[in-house]
Amino acid sequence: MADENGSAFDAVEHGPEASGRNTEAPHGGIGDPAEHPSVTALQGRFDSALQRHEVQAGDQHVVFLDPGSNRAVLEWLKDDPEQRYDLLVDVTAVDYGGGRPLQIVYQLWSVPHKRALRIKCELPLDGLSIDSVVQLWNAANWLEREVYDLFGVEFRDHPDLRRILMPQNYAEGHPLRKDFPLRGRFSRAEQTRRALSQDYHDDYTPEELEVGGAPGLAAPKPLISTDDAGDAP
Amino acid sequence: MTEKILELPESRTLSEPMLINIGPQHPATHGVLRLICELDGETVLKVTPDIGFLHSSFEKLGEYRTWNQIVPLTDRMDYLAPLIYNCVYVMAVEKLMGLEVTERCKVARVLCMEMERIFSHLLWLGTTAIDVGAFTPFLYAFQERERIYKLHEDYTGARITTSATRVGGMMADFPDGWTDSLRDFVKTFPKTLNEIDSLLTTNGIHLGRTLDIGVISGEDAINYGFTGPNLRASGVDYDLRKDNPYYDYETYDFEVPIGENGDCYDRYLVRMEEMRQSLRIIEQALDRLPGGPINVADPRVSLPSKTDCMNDMESMIHHFKLITEGISVPAGDCYFAVEGSKGELGMYVVSDGGEKPVRWRIRPPSFVNLSVIAKLAEGHLVSDLIMINASLDIVLGEIDR
Repeated sequence: MADENGSAFDAVEHGPEASGRNTEAPHGGIGDPAEHPSVTALQGRFDSALQRHEVQAGDQHVVFLDPGSNRAVLEWLKDDPEQRYDLLVDVTAVDYGGGRPLQIVYQLWSVPHKRALRIKCELPLDGLSIDSVVQLWNAANWLEREVYDLFGVEFRDHPDLRRILMPQNYAEGHPLRKDFPLRGRFSRAEQTRRALSQDYHDDYTPEELEVGGAPGLAAPKPLISTDDAGDAP
Repeated sequence: MTEKILELPESRTLSEPMLINIGPQHPATHGVLRLICELDGETVLKVTPDIGFLHSSFEKLGEYRTWNQIVPLTDRMDYLAPLIYNCVYVMAVEKLMGLEVTERCKVARVLCMEMERIFSHLLWLGTTAIDVGAFTPFLYAFQERERIYKLHEDYTGARITTSATRVGGMMADFPDGWTDSLRDFVKTFPKTLNEIDSLLTTNGIHLGRTLDIGVISGEDAINYGFTGPNLRASGVDYDLRKDNPYYDYETYDFEVPIGENGDCYDRYLVRMEEMRQSLRIIEQALDRLPGGPINVADPRVSLPSKTDCMNDMESMIHHFKLITEGISVPAGDCYFAVEGSKGELGMYVVSDGGEKPVRWRIRPPSFVNLSVIAKLAEGHLVSDLIMINASLDIVLGEIDR
């Protein structure tokens, strides 16, 4: 809802508003870990890395991990014959706003065992950095780039951590963060100016520019050379 | 004299790699996709997709909208199968609320989702055929698509932006005679499908362009996050309708086609067979479509009847609150996925108990599938790159969101 005294369009000048009903990050019911074989196995093996376990939406098991151990635990979940979470369905993040930690969400699925598991890691807003899992699942490559692009989380050892949906020269920040206003941070004039001044070199990696270093990508010659211009009336 | 013309400058000899952009405005990229290709002559050394041209920040917009207001955003993502996106979003919200929809609604959504699978595969079939030079299947496929557009229009009033679902049900029940039109489509469509089949499946040119092109093993396909027909073409038996059934899919009699080689031809075969299986599901769903209300009678989401609103105060207040504030969803998060036309289509919704989501996330099947193109196209010719891109069946509206 827009401010009582303002117009409905004012909403675009602010980040999304929280409902104010839950000041804490939402918690699911405390489910029985025994219902999910992977959760009990994790508790037995990585007890120190496990922060808590909850059950969401009736039957969805969520395990909160210490962000420092995400790669070790996920590698075990992927390779252990009893777990075999071979499909990394999704990597995303949730910003609850109000300075609360940002959650990185890994949605896993095991094709052989037909089981789902959700892993979450909470990162403080002043330390948005976590180990990449591209080494385990190639699927994480673009998914982590998207989280970096939209939330500003740095994935350590990611092979190609660039923006993916926003332009490479985008300088207004990370749009899905709660403090980001809907219309962006810059004025409309500044946004237009930046869009028009975008350098086409921005979209190429240095290696690619080297490949194309020959005629195609050299800076275009001015249509009228300075000598000719002197002769023009 | 001719010798002089043929003499190329040193920097343009064929052995030197060249950088070529395909797209963003090119019909063969099937949308606003730019492929940065490093070529050695005709051979692709490396391809880097550049996406984001259609980015509309749907996920951010959703955080400013009430739960039901998000439905129109969902069909704008995959305009080739809008009803699946409408359905899966409300299914995720209903799961988070613990809301069980009516039997009629369940079967109606199954009908819609299977119809959209055919709708989406038909576009893929037509455009892929035209990419390899076959024009006739394109016309046949689009003629059949037009009939599904008509079904969309008859039911929702819109051809593409259907917005047909609401939390707790559908925007309306099927109009009179709609199921008969659908049944008519199911009866007559196989004839066209068989004709397209006979034009392409054993066509020498089509075989030459698709066999052993863009091969990926089942293990790699899983590791790269492939889902849907692309994954099944590599021989992995993973279909959410069978492996994690929703809406009583386990009670429908249908088969999941599995490929062997994971090349473009297998991806073609799998999709062709999926259309036939979808027809079987639609037939069974039409037979079992029960009567009764299509919307759930739950005060959290459903509006009281007009008569009640006019006659008693509580109903009127209830109506007013639902309209002005929107429904509220209990705090928590929920990931719900269905077998979309392009792969595992998931919605991840997070609520803090309010009338707007804290986070609304689409697990985009095309986005993850497209990320594999660099691996698939390496070492192939440029013309094969076009075929590989087509065989992945991407939709840029959902990739860029």
